[in-house]
Amino acid sequence: MRITLEDVEYRYSVNTPFEHLALHDVNMTIEPGTYTAVIGHTGSGKSTLLQHLNVLLRPTKGRVIIGERTIRAQKKKEKNLKSIRQKVGIVFQFPEHQLFEETVEKDICFGPMNFGVPEAKAKELARIALKQVGLEQEILKKSPFDLSGGQMRRVAIAGVIAMEPDVLVLDEPTAGLDPRGRKEIMDMFYQLHKDRGISTILVTHSMEDAARYADDIIIMHKGTVYQKGKPEEIFSKPDQLLELGLDVPDTVRFQLMLQREMGIRFARPSLSLEDLVADIKEAMERGNRL
Amino acid sequence: MGKKLVSLDHVVFNYEGSDSHAINDVSFDIYEGEWLAIVGHNGSGKSTLAKLLNGLHFASSGVITINGSELTQATVWEARRKIGMVFQNPDNQFVGTTVEDDVAFGLENNGIQQDIMAERVKRALMKVKMDAFLDQEPHHLSGGQKQRVAIAGVLALQPDIIILDEATSMLDPRGREEVLETVRELKEENVLTVVSITHDLEEAAKADRIIVMNKGQVHREGSPIEIFRLEDELIELGLDIPFSVKLSKALQKTGLDLKNDHLTEEELVKELCELHSKM
Repeated sequence: MRITLEDVEYRYSVNTPFEHLALHDVNMTIEPGTYTAVIGHTGSGKSTLLQHLNVLLRPTKGRVIIGERTIRAQKKKEKNLKSIRQKVGIVFQFPEHQLFEETVEKDICFGPMNFGVPEAKAKELARIALKQVGLEQEILKKSPFDLSGGQMRRVAIAGVIAMEPDVLVLDEPTAGLDPRGRKEIMDMFYQLHKDRGISTILVTHSMEDAARYADDIIIMHKGTVYQKGKPEEIFSKPDQLLELGLDVPDTVRFQLMLQREMGIRFARPSLSLEDLVADIKEAMERGNRL
Repeated sequence: MGKKLVSLDHVVFNYEGSDSHAINDVSFDIYEGEWLAIVGHNGSGKSTLAKLLNGLHFASSGVITINGSELTQATVWEARRKIGMVFQNPDNQFVGTTVEDDVAFGLENNGIQQDIMAERVKRALMKVKMDAFLDQEPHHLSGGQKQRVAIAGVLALQPDIIILDEATSMLDPRGREEVLETVRELKEENVLTVVSITHDLEEAAKADRIIVMNKGQVHREGSPIEIFRLEDELIELGLDIPFSVKLSKALQKTGLDLKNDHLTEEELVKELCELHSKM
């Protein structure tokens, strides 16, 4: 499913003293089956943007086209948003805060049943989703509140996956997890993206994750799209990112330090440790014979 | 090493209704003026440890001694004056309606005189560079600023030790750096002993000492260099090693003749430069 934003503007609290322009002139298309990372510092409009992707917010100007549906700025209340919300699943920050049911199974089934899936089918979806997030079937009957923080996070994610969305929007899905948990969850989302062709939109502060997983990166700055490009393009201008108050991947930061101290130049940004090792090795072997 | 401020002696703790030990026979000391990082994967027991240290939980067996006196139900209030905690979620620990009120909260609870209180609040906020925000409401602050106010609230009580319980894990990179920089400065002024409970290995690399927790036990203890030398063992425990260490090892595997363990990127760059100029 394709999602297109055309000249989207969003103002909070219109016609009040607290009116605040959060998004303006946002134009972008998320093609089906792609993996997009959205980066930008706190307050750049990332969260407001992602709430437009399943109509939790409606633009105050412009339009959002989600599959067949067009959401316009208008006073009239939009009807039948359920189908959009089923197709576009959002994993919010700290999703485990939203767990509420008595058992893990009921919690995961809540979403699909809410969208009209019969109970037996929902239970089957719950089992599949649980496996997908790397948890054992035994915990289905447990209370989600007896689980560890990492397990709770996975259960909450399973609840979104069980709705079988076409598009997954992930808002800092690994914040607060330990390094292994972080990698497992990110790899799991990537696998889902590959296996089921789910379009994935990752909002993140981790430039490593953006570089490793995304096909495209969108930089949000002051409420609008500052730049869009492939990771190699985005990270080939590290100075620009640093000026925006953003980080660059560890590998790129290290290249910059070496360039400055050693007086050499790297032809391209290294986006993985393996690339960086190869590039340094080559630079060292070239030695001073530049 | 400074004098012993806190010591744990064969401490065991079980959560109610659980038959396994969340903390299983843990003994170690905390010394005055040090920065101690406690690392471990989710569920390794490190946060439980923090809660035991300031009496939010009490040991099932074993003894915790703080400044010479045993931590019990009777001494817990005294202990909490000596140990300040900053928790993970900046939004869960703001109690005042303004920054000033929030920092004053702990002092009011301790019945500190009005004029002394005002002075201490101001000084604490200056230390974390938030004095310009005195009359601001919390929702106007960023996560990093909120955590700095939380630190000021702790500082105002003049504790001996500050425990950061994953205090930066919900912040963006900028907020994280703000908070760590603040704590680092405070520590350098010799105001504080810092115990930082964290997943952030880059942060742990800057500590004086690291304790690695696993399955409720002290798995390893040592300087950052000693700990990060463990490499694969740390990764098996669900942890990671700092980028500079990882890169240095990978370069050595390709046959580059690097000698040192590199805990910072600066050190690694320096050695690469030296090597480069010899080639």
